Amino acid sequence: MMRHLLSAADLDQPQITEILDLAEEMSLVQGRPVKKLPALRGRTVVNLFFEDSTRTRSSFEIAGKWLSADVINISAKGSSVSKGESLRDTVLTVAAMGVDALVIRHHASGAPWQASRWIDAHVLNAGDGTHEHPTQALLDAFTIRRHLRSSNPDLTSFDGKTVAIIGDITHSRVARSNVLLLTTLGAQVILVAPPTLLPAGVDSWPVLVCTDFDEVLPQADVVMMLRVQRERMSGGYFPTPREYTISYGLTRPRLEMMKPGAAICHPGPMNRGLEISADAADAANSLILEQVAAGVSVRMSVLYELLGGAE
Amino acid sequence: MSGTGAPQARPEDPTPGVEVDSTTSRVVLDADQIARACARMAHQILEANRGAEGLVLMGIPTRGVAVAHRLATVMDEVEGVRVPVGALDVTTYRDDLRRQPTRAEGHTHLPVEVDDSTVVLVDDVLYSGRTVRAALDALGDLGRPRAVRLAVLVDRGHRELPIRADHVGSYIPTRTGEHVSVKLAEIDGVNQVSIEQSSDPGRREAR
Repeated sequence: MMRHLLSAADLDQPQITEILDLAEEMSLVQGRPVKKLPALRGRTVVNLFFEDSTRTRSSFEIAGKWLSADVINISAKGSSVSKGESLRDTVLTVAAMGVDALVIRHHASGAPWQASRWIDAHVLNAGDGTHEHPTQALLDAFTIRRHLRSSNPDLTSFDGKTVAIIGDITHSRVARSNVLLLTTLGAQVILVAPPTLLPAGVDSWPVLVCTDFDEVLPQADVVMMLRVQRERMSGGYFPTPREYTISYGLTRPRLEMMKPGAAICHPGPMNRGLEISADAADAANSLILEQVAAGVSVRMSVLYELLGGAE
Repeated sequence: MSGTGAPQARPEDPTPGVEVDSTTSRVVLDADQIARACARMAHQILEANRGAEGLVLMGIPTRGVAVAHRLATVMDEVEGVRVPVGALDVTTYRDDLRRQPTRAEGHTHLPVEVDDSTVVLVDDVLYSGRTVRAALDALGDLGRPRAVRLAVLVDRGHRELPIRADHVGSYIPTRTGEHVSVKLAEIDGVNQVSIEQSSDPGRREAR
């Protein structure tokens, strides 16, 4: 099995299926009186977060704890990072304490990959810059698979299924990891964004690209809305928030245009009223809270895959 | 009551007449013998429990679950009661987890709440006892049964922990280098228990 989880591209279809199947078993732990498995007893997992995060960090923490690992959280604020320590020194310092796995979120693309070259511990990418967020893609795939299995229990691949990803593709690590992972599982991915928010070289990706949301919407089995990163709104990527909502928001009228049985995903945190309306976020076919619950199960599965066996 | 009685034979002592030879594989139980062993165990469990009241059969994947279903079928024929059958995966509770490549976790299925029921753990082969120890730990995280019993199709001896089965289909003396192969029709297409020479004599089968 793999040593690190750095990119969704590292996983082939059998590996993804194994992780998702295991996550199904792990999800049963949530319903037990004792929410703990002894699988990682005596192992230490450090969450090293250089960027803010609620759900990713807390779900990695819960996942590690439910597997009986010792989990330590280190965030840039309040650590020596704020005194100017380099990434390399921070990573080496933490590794020198004898940790078994390092979960890294960093604003620089490639930081976890770098760290994996410096230390012996397992490295998990919990989001690096605008590059990748592989566990998010895994939990999205897990949630989508469950949704599709509700009408087809034997479903194993996403062949013939269409997933539309709408929003700021350029800056989205969620979109990159999902394109890689969902395509590996056989889905057709369609990216929908204004031309200003499509990255250079997107035509070489294994996806379809469209700038008209209303054209794509009726074809999609899953509609995945991306967060508009408000902090970038002054960058001239689109004229006004209002105009973005009209062209690319999942508004109430657009809910009517969705294919029957199609589902709504959003990696969170949501800007209600901007990229997603309250009607869509709280709709019966919204999987947004299922995605959060899946985060714990999928991260348990990944930690177990990396740390559960012999070194 | 067989449930609390002493084992009929000491599995550590090879029974006279059962020759432990060095051929690569020999059949020790055929389909009829397996069926009779399951029928007898089912009767013994019902006798020890004074009926099917409060019984839950928890098989340990993979073949323990198949044996548990066979016991339940016999109980249904005898008492006309469907005894709940579940599966108890013990992978993450094993003490040799860290000694092997990562193993996929199996499926745990609780048919009913185990609190205050009499859980019969069912496995195909009892060997070191380590699987049963893991199963007791796993069961403890699911609830608090009134009592836990152990039923195994084959007891091959060589215990490494103070664990004893309450109901045994067959005692089969073995050497540590040998491997007891249980094949059941539901999984393997054939009903047969055989002893095979392990290709690596130093290998300890993780039963």
